[in-house]
Amino acid sequence: MALDAKIPGGPIAEKWDRHRFELKLVNPANKRKFNVIVVGTGLAGGSASATLAELGYNVKTFCIQDSPRRAHSIAAQGGINAAKNYPNDGDSIWRLFYDTVKGGDFRAREANVYRLAQVSNDIIDQCVAQGIPFARDYGGLLDNRSFGGAQVSRTFYARGQTGQQLLLGAYSALMRQVAAGKVQMFPRREMLDVVLVDGHAKGIVVRNMINGAVERHAADAVVLCTGGYGNVFFLSTNAMASNVTAAFRAYKKGAFFANPCFTQIHPTCIPVHGTFQSKLTLMSESLRNDGRVWVPKNPGDKRTPEQIPEADRDYYLENKYPSFGNLVPRDVASRNAKEQCDMGKGVGETGQAVYLDFADAIHRDGRDVIAKKYGNLFQMYEKITADDPYQTPMMIYPAIHYTMGGLWVDYNLMSNVPGLFVLGEANFSDHGANRLGASALMQGLADGYFVLPYTIGGYLAGTAKADVTTGHKAFDESEKQVTGRIDRLMSIDGKRTVDDFHKTLGRIMWEYCGMARNNEGLGMARGMIQELRAEFWENVRVPGNAADFNQSLERAGRVADFLEFGELMIVDALARQESCGGHFNERFETEEHEALRDDDNFCHAAAWEHSGDGREPEFHKEPLVFENVKLTQRSYK
Amino acid sequence: MTKTINLTLKVWRQNGPKNKGRFDTYHAENISTDMSFLEMLDVVNDQLTIDGKEPIAFDHDCREGICGQCGCVVNGRPHGAEKGTTLCQLHMRHFDNGDTIAIEPFRAMAFNVIKDLAVDRSALDKIIQAGGYVSVNTGGAQDANAILVPQEVADLAMDAAQCIGCGACVASCPNASAMLFTSAKVSQLALLPQGKPEAAKRAINMVRTMDELGFGNCSNERECEAECPKEISITNIARLNREYFKAGFFS
Repeated sequence: MALDAKIPGGPIAEKWDRHRFELKLVNPANKRKFNVIVVGTGLAGGSASATLAELGYNVKTFCIQDSPRRAHSIAAQGGINAAKNYPNDGDSIWRLFYDTVKGGDFRAREANVYRLAQVSNDIIDQCVAQGIPFARDYGGLLDNRSFGGAQVSRTFYARGQTGQQLLLGAYSALMRQVAAGKVQMFPRREMLDVVLVDGHAKGIVVRNMINGAVERHAADAVVLCTGGYGNVFFLSTNAMASNVTAAFRAYKKGAFFANPCFTQIHPTCIPVHGTFQSKLTLMSESLRNDGRVWVPKNPGDKRTPEQIPEADRDYYLENKYPSFGNLVPRDVASRNAKEQCDMGKGVGETGQAVYLDFADAIHRDGRDVIAKKYGNLFQMYEKITADDPYQTPMMIYPAIHYTMGGLWVDYNLMSNVPGLFVLGEANFSDHGANRLGASALMQGLADGYFVLPYTIGGYLAGTAKADVTTGHKAFDESEKQVTGRIDRLMSIDGKRTVDDFHKTLGRIMWEYCGMARNNEGLGMARGMIQELRAEFWENVRVPGNAADFNQSLERAGRVADFLEFGELMIVDALARQESCGGHFNERFETEEHEALRDDDNFCHAAAWEHSGDGREPEFHKEPLVFENVKLTQRSYK
Repeated sequence: MTKTINLTLKVWRQNGPKNKGRFDTYHAENISTDMSFLEMLDVVNDQLTIDGKEPIAFDHDCREGICGQCGCVVNGRPHGAEKGTTLCQLHMRHFDNGDTIAIEPFRAMAFNVIKDLAVDRSALDKIIQAGGYVSVNTGGAQDANAILVPQEVADLAMDAAQCIGCGACVASCPNASAMLFTSAKVSQLALLPQGKPEAAKRAINMVRTMDELGFGNCSNERECEAECPKEISITNIARLNREYFKAGFFS
């Protein structure tokens, strides 16, 4: 099947305007005749639900949490980018576009990224109008700070809780539409299948997590905003319930999964400290504005940080990358931390950590200024580690944070399955092989507030309306399959817990498909996952019963999908015989140990099609054409 | 320094909203003091599962103190005794070897128990639906810097906006009032110029909805402020009262 990204013609700066003009419209009176299902209520799902309802569509919105306000966008700390150029430091839409394409190591789709940069300014305007309390300077204007991979200050923030404030903004807009009767909200529902009728997405099957009832919902289009799959690694900065199930069920129904091996390892997380640990906690990238990263110069130096004099410290990022210093992109910072630890220069009890030191900043600006910028982060760090970062450097280590891969979508954010749209982290389109800091919030809100509301109209107006009810046989089949799988999980009654399997899978993925990969390891890991999956279906124990609030069953379903999806990641990583961004194959590196791309053979998005259980997925290629930026070796020196 | 402790847990078990609940006793052994409270419950649940028993149901998600989904009453205190801490950020180093810990769900007339420690807090969403927003559609907003907001006003609004909607204020209040929750949203929006036009209507509608949902009145017990994991101040309640009375006078 040919992959047509449907990128509009013309100069890049005019594509979106032109496309909006060319898209068919649904007239205001007709919008109320269309029903749209939105799955997920993070920044993408919350903003899309609210905006579609404002336009007049009937929206049914689903989330797995007890309230739409809890989606994991809420945990984003640092900020949101926009090309406002308020600080007058040379920013522009073009520069934000260029930084994002370069930051993604030239593996994103140019036209999508340009549109993202274009609408970034509207997002800030919209959020301020909603009453989001962004940080202000003394004159009452909005304040900005810097993030990795950029040499301008373009990041807007609300203390260390930017994601929370933006999400609560989208949530309040959503609640307004619930009150207006335009959105019907279904919390504590987990999507377990997407239903296709004549090849078009026409509904979903969900499990009511309170009583276990399997429910059917029909609509004219389905919008997935179900986030990323970082929890395939078990330990990640994702929320406990974040999963790949909705996206993976769509993949099994024919939607292509693009670049699954592109995962982001965030350099500044609190290091792992025990086998009982359930998740990792991020310390915002914004800390790298003022914190200096260092390790002891000499391997095995066991002195406390205070005892190590300047002469014996290695500020390796500042030394190696003088122009960007501590603010190099995440993949570069992460790999360098690993490299230092591999050389035996790591610190802390496990030797798997580096210092992030604020002593100079506190000396320069005073404790109060630092507390104002990062107070809540310092407090969070102290709660978890019992160390006070005002007194002693933080210890940090990279951890899985974000997944750039996702369901393949065209310029309209529609997957190859007509009527199935994918927004936010769940799609693949904007961040290439590495996402820059403060760009996830931007993308989620761009997709939900300013892109989908136009493009879904084009689909609905351009497709003959077929009213499908939940009595359709496609729903019968789907429900049968969903119930069958639940029954099977409940009936195994083995000896190992769901978490036990999940942890084992996570260790395999982190070891062989994590920060650095090689062909031998990937090949081995594939076999290990197949064995683990076989054991799971023989030996997992899911207590309780299915018609009840059963958190073990919820997790079992998700882990079952991760056990298949992990293999797809490995297939993708093996197929991409180059290094780029977060995908680092040890065979392909520059003399300076940076990722070495192969633009002649791999300048494409890899989109995988499910071709039946136990069969190799089929590979489709979307060539990436760069007309506006020159492909170069990324350099942050 | 990491060490391990042994604990006795008295945990509230309840099969559903209509069933009677009871305290069951469990032993949590070799618990690392670096664990969070929820990781300790994970360990207990793993053992229960292996022993063929049903694990303890409890809500949680982000495990970094921001989503507001977790929360139980620990030894009589919502989210436990540590100040400004959600249950997921409460670490076992604050407990001693041999301690007995009582764990119960958040209790309030407006919160039904779903199972064990998980409760239904959808009433809080309904309060927001009654006016916890600025009525602005997507698109057409003016430039973000067109209206200046003094830094101290933005800071006060942000102080109020930090609420995570966990419901600890309700669980700690002898009247099960949601005044701290409601006042935090009313304050945030009343302080900012964008929220001012609807301030009066918002205060009245949100308070009325809160009453209708079965939350109690505020009688200045100040328990909510003491237990709030985000340390939201009760000056927000004073601000809500002002908005409410102003609305009464001028409408």
